Amino acid sequence: MSTSTEQQTAVHYERDADGIVTLTLDDPTASANTMNELYQESMAAAVQKLYDEVDDVTGVVIASAKKTFFAGGNLKNMMQATKDDAAPVFAMGEAVKAGLRRLELYPRPVVAAINGAALGGGYEICLACNHRIAVDDRSVKIGLPESTLGLLPGGGGVTRVVRLLGLQQGLMDVLLPGTQFSPDAAKEKGLVDELVATREELVPAAKAWIKANPDEAQNPWDKPGYKMPGGTPKTPALAGFLPAFPALLRKQTKGAVYLAPRAILSAAVEGASVDFDTASRIESRYLTNLIVNQGSKNMIQAFFFDLQAINAGKLRPQGIEPYKATKVGVLGAGMMGAGIAYSCARAGMQVVLKDVSAEGAAKGKAYSEGLNAKAISRGKLTEEKSQELLMRITPTADPADLAGCDLVIEAVFEDPSLKKQVFAEIAPYVNPDALLCSNTSTLPITELATGVDRPADFIGLHFFSPVDKMPLVEIIRGKETSDVALARAYDVVQQIRKTPIVVNDSRGFYTSRVIGTMVNEGLAMVAEGQQPWSIERAATQAGYPVGPLQLTDELNMVLMGKIAKATKDAAERDGGTYDPHPGSLVVEKMIELGRPSRLEGAGFYEYADGKRGSMWSGLAEQFPIADAIPFQDMKDRMLFAEAIETAKCFEEGVIESAAAANIGSIMGIGFPAMTGGAAQFMQGYQNAAGQVGLGAFVARADELADAYGERFRPTSYLRELAASGGSFPA
Amino acid sequence: MAEAFVYDHIRTPRGKGKAAGSLHEVKPVDLVVGLLDEIKVRNPTLDPERVDDVVLGVVSPIGEQGGDIAKTAALKAGYPETVAGVQLNRFCASGLEAVNQAASRVRGGFEDLILAGGVESMSRVAMGSDGGAWASDPATALTTGFVPQGIGADLIATIEGWSRHDVDAYAAESNHRAAKAWANGYFSNAIVPVKDLNGLTVLDTDELIRPDTTPEGLAGLKPSFAQIGRDAGFDDVALEKYHWVEKIDHVHHAGNSSGIVDGAALVAIGSEEVGSQLGLTPRARIIATAVSGADPTIMLTGPAPAARKALAKAGLEVEDIDLFEINEAFAAVAMRFMRDLGISHEITNVNGGAIAMGHPLGATGAMILGTLVDELQRRDLRRGLATLCVGGGMGIATIVEIV
Repeated sequence: MSTSTEQQTAVHYERDADGIVTLTLDDPTASANTMNELYQESMAAAVQKLYDEVDDVTGVVIASAKKTFFAGGNLKNMMQATKDDAAPVFAMGEAVKAGLRRLELYPRPVVAAINGAALGGGYEICLACNHRIAVDDRSVKIGLPESTLGLLPGGGGVTRVVRLLGLQQGLMDVLLPGTQFSPDAAKEKGLVDELVATREELVPAAKAWIKANPDEAQNPWDKPGYKMPGGTPKTPALAGFLPAFPALLRKQTKGAVYLAPRAILSAAVEGASVDFDTASRIESRYLTNLIVNQGSKNMIQAFFFDLQAINAGKLRPQGIEPYKATKVGVLGAGMMGAGIAYSCARAGMQVVLKDVSAEGAAKGKAYSEGLNAKAISRGKLTEEKSQELLMRITPTADPADLAGCDLVIEAVFEDPSLKKQVFAEIAPYVNPDALLCSNTSTLPITELATGVDRPADFIGLHFFSPVDKMPLVEIIRGKETSDVALARAYDVVQQIRKTPIVVNDSRGFYTSRVIGTMVNEGLAMVAEGQQPWSIERAATQAGYPVGPLQLTDELNMVLMGKIAKATKDAAERDGGTYDPHPGSLVVEKMIELGRPSRLEGAGFYEYADGKRGSMWSGLAEQFPIADAIPFQDMKDRMLFAEAIETAKCFEEGVIESAAAANIGSIMGIGFPAMTGGAAQFMQGYQNAAGQVGLGAFVARADELADAYGERFRPTSYLRELAASGGSFPA
Repeated sequence: MAEAFVYDHIRTPRGKGKAAGSLHEVKPVDLVVGLLDEIKVRNPTLDPERVDDVVLGVVSPIGEQGGDIAKTAALKAGYPETVAGVQLNRFCASGLEAVNQAASRVRGGFEDLILAGGVESMSRVAMGSDGGAWASDPATALTTGFVPQGIGADLIATIEGWSRHDVDAYAAESNHRAAKAWANGYFSNAIVPVKDLNGLTVLDTDELIRPDTTPEGLAGLKPSFAQIGRDAGFDDVALEKYHWVEKIDHVHHAGNSSGIVDGAALVAIGSEEVGSQLGLTPRARIIATAVSGADPTIMLTGPAPAARKALAKAGLEVEDIDLFEINEAFAAVAMRFMRDLGISHEITNVNGGAIAMGHPLGATGAMILGTLVDELQRRDLRRGLATLCVGGGMGIATIVEIV
């Protein structure tokens, strides 16, 4: 035990007969080891003891008693830190690192025995060791994912990875992308030195290495004559290439200002020019800057807290048995059906892929064959696994083949009567309690549910295209949909390894409704005579993956026109009025000009052999170029259009969770990740004066409404929420 | 206020800035020493004791161009110990900056006689080898939108709608003019051949000029900045700011950009009083100087604001200037300057420019000022303006008037 008293500790100290000390990380207060106060105290005490007993110690093994090795920093605390906390944040970072540095400089070999996930702060502990051994198991992930949370590896991660792999490799392969490596990939990169097959072999292997290498107590960068792989910024070969680093980063993010990769790049390059301890301090300064900034809070909210909550079933009705589908009937073998069939088969379900003809169904299965062939050629899939997957997909034209299905996912054309018809066709054959799902992006689920005799079991599953790549599924709860059906749908989405959000039935649901406002805003700017390339770049510099004009070409203006008409008809049917968006005039014009879509080979862009070329040269003639509006306004118009629509979705009860809005908007419709999603964008909005929150958001929305139209005007619901200091339901 | 007179100006010929170039064997310090010697020879009454300072522009002041090469050269040339020396760097404007600073100091009355100019042996000390935070420090580059100058030059051509043929035609004309000027001996007053330690001539003419250049002949050359623009991300950085431009048309190449060369230049600048005391005849007076700046990403549009600033200071209009010298860093830079000021190619770079003869970075500004003075005198004209585009988006201008 660590001390003679019965004091609580998170680091157990045990020396064996050979003098090898095993420090076992085991936080008694939590299920995972994190960088909390108890850990810091326990580790400091353990390291002190190592130094006290140095004459009797021959080496050190760092092991974990938890499922994971070590989970990393305390993100909750980081969410609270403001600019005024810079001094304590910096001091605490330096203190943690001083402890790790002391361990690193211990004059005996220190080995990390990685039994489970070692990410972020967990891997940074490993980096301070002299040797790293990991279990070759699928559950083990190794890496420094901080950049994906708007942070940088500030526990020595930047400083040590740069010294381990060199600037270029360290940055491009590990630090900037924040990749989570499997053990074998980590070994290939040099992030771990050795793999063992089982957890039982781990500590013995670590001890064996210590015995074989009793003098390997210094990391390469602490040995005399150390040379950084690939050179330092002062080495002419690297110096010549250095100006390209920031430029490439900007190119990669399409001009969107992600603070974390910029800080990582800066800390890495600046640190590579100086000694280890100075580099480490520079790293702490950049990390502190990220922590106290709003940007990291937005990303942590979405990519850590929201995602974790959704994965843990936050949006799923409680108290309902977990559900696992075994046999799915996929109706319609087009693009969406084929992708859904693949995703289900990949998750282990038996899949009956039904189309009107056997040929059509076979074509749908061929999609999976194509994906597998590609994966095999890249070495990501074995021939055997591919065969297993394909064997699970049965293409057919016969509804009777759906016998025994406990899940049906319909993915035929967006035509209510056709959808009703295919459900009627299979109803007699599937299990009497089979979950009935319709994949639709816009059609009201409650209305579709009238076509089945079990509306309580009927639910919408809005998949995104291409299904095999897009991580989100929007679950639409109809008026009659039961809690059981919703819980099962939630489980099915997770079963096929996708992320669910839950929304209530309404035209366009959440995602389609919201993305439409961004696209329309882009088109409105075309109508106003803004430069088309400025509109596209305003979008990508705001953080969208593509600009609205490119997106419009992909979405197809004929379909957009149809959706607008359906919305108009519905509004008029319900006795309301329909206010056409200024962007819809552009859609009409483009259709009239015979330039409706990429599919037709002509849209805002020119296309040759399906490849996008230049912006159509005739555009300026149709929409003469006017004076430019401020570029920031262009960005804000798209962001605010989507945010204001999101607020309306909360107001109308279409969406009931900020986590769902954040994750849904980022993963489904490309809302800029750096904002933390459409709800967080409002709640974490920071104006030019540095004020943060809904109040600042409402004030800016009013400015946009004054300048560009009432569609930006916040409703009284949002105003009251802001005025009362409230927030959207989490 | 005292006058700042140009009493003399000389330069070396420009050697190709590579190992096969004639001046590659000559150390930068010796390029300067040769000129310091010649100043004394040409002006026997110019008492070196009266020289207050030697001010030299050097853009890559490291290695053998480092360590205050101005003082080093003054010592090696045997100037009195009292003659000081200072090296300065305003990127491509360094040579003219040296002239302007010298003129200001003389005009202000603190000093009487300064030798100002610059040197750059680009074959021996590579351009960019001095590093610098702007390009090499990510935190700085990210804040300021650094791209190499050639990207900016190509962006200017793209925005102005100048085709590859347009810029190539300009480049061919530069070569024709330079060749003609050499043939007619217009540079002979200024050129000081570079000699070896035995007095043997190493180089006595500008090495780079290709008199028979045609746009058609240039058409085959590969664009210099297309690849780094694409592969290193610099086009994207530029287009973040110039977001309305679809893509950059990379029209510049070795044949329509300033040549990489070795060379040095000196201008003797002094007060009216020192001239009369030493029996020197003034050739021109410097009546206004200016530096200014423009967008650092497109980088090369600074000459027009600098020229306008200098004109305003002098109380002059564009029409009051008889001849212009704009450094031909890239064809589009000179073309853009003419367009910005609304001036004709007929009165601009009349004897060619750096596309034909090369741009020895630290020295060029002093060279084109000398060319301007000579040509104004030859044509019996009165006023001229010399200007250069400068890294960081800066521009510099100097207005001279024939005495």
